[in-house]
Amino acid sequence: MRFGVVRFPGSNCEQDIVIACRYLGIDVDYVWHGDTDITGFDAIVLPGGFSYGDYIRTGAVARFSPVMGEVVRFAERGGPVLGVCNGFQILTEAHMLPGAMLRNRGLKFICETVPLRLERTVCQWVDLPEGTVVRIPINHNEGNFTADAETLARLDANGQVVLSYCEPDGTRAPGGSAPNGSANDIAGICNERGNVFGLMPHPERVVDPEASGTDGQPFLTTIVARLAGV
Amino acid sequence: MARYEIFVTYKQGIFDPPGATAERALANLGYDEIESVKIGKYIRVEVADGPNERARVAEMCDKLLANPVIEEYRIVDAEGAVSAR
Repeated sequence: MRFGVVRFPGSNCEQDIVIACRYLGIDVDYVWHGDTDITGFDAIVLPGGFSYGDYIRTGAVARFSPVMGEVVRFAERGGPVLGVCNGFQILTEAHMLPGAMLRNRGLKFICETVPLRLERTVCQWVDLPEGTVVRIPINHNEGNFTADAETLARLDANGQVVLSYCEPDGTRAPGGSAPNGSANDIAGICNERGNVFGLMPHPERVVDPEASGTDGQPFLTTIVARLAGV
Repeated sequence: MARYEIFVTYKQGIFDPPGATAERALANLGYDEIESVKIGKYIRVEVADGPNERARVAEMCDKLLANPVIEEYRIVDAEGAVSAR
């Protein structure tokens, strides 16, 4: 089981993912954005950062990096793909996940640890009971997820909403709990098949109990166990 | 060589955080007549003359310069002729 972490020009969280994977005993290596061969990897991670300086729109240029054609084919074959923060933005731009990202409501870059609740989901990357509350940092300027009403209803009905921003007790405030204004408090979604997962929070920053906690661990380890058939 | 001006704006119903902020700021400055502010992008491209020139500029918008999920665009050529999507 080997993770490939794609390095785009302007990625800045790829080392965090690699260090987190190694800490968790997951075999991992970098993948250069100009590569067109990703054979040998069992899961692909698109890391956080500011690929191509966020020019035009976040993720809009990275989506056309040579490696992305292979990542799309890998996902179509059922290969697990995870996009964290800028990685999530790239997945929406590549239409591997529905919707799009807007500037945060309030125009503030938000950097804080927030409570998130697990929803009932088909996502292959998680296996936590519905309603579980985890605390994971977010760190973004464009995490205000939007989609038309029909798409939002479909995400809900299909179990494609994986993570929602919530209050510390797991409830969602009537006026919304998303600090960035995200539609339906959405923090993470997956595709219909559940193999492609994008989230704005950074689980790779919460894997070491001596540093920040362990709430992020399942977001990297679950897929390993699932692929191993455990 | 031909020059095209492209205006990219959010679709109807998509929340525009910078526009909403400017709207509030103008109201706070005493411009009571302000009803709405929308902020978008202005892009100018220069392309070599060729067949399907305009269609290719539209394709550039669909592919890269605008995100059809949230944005629409208007292309204006040097004579002022407009095409939009």
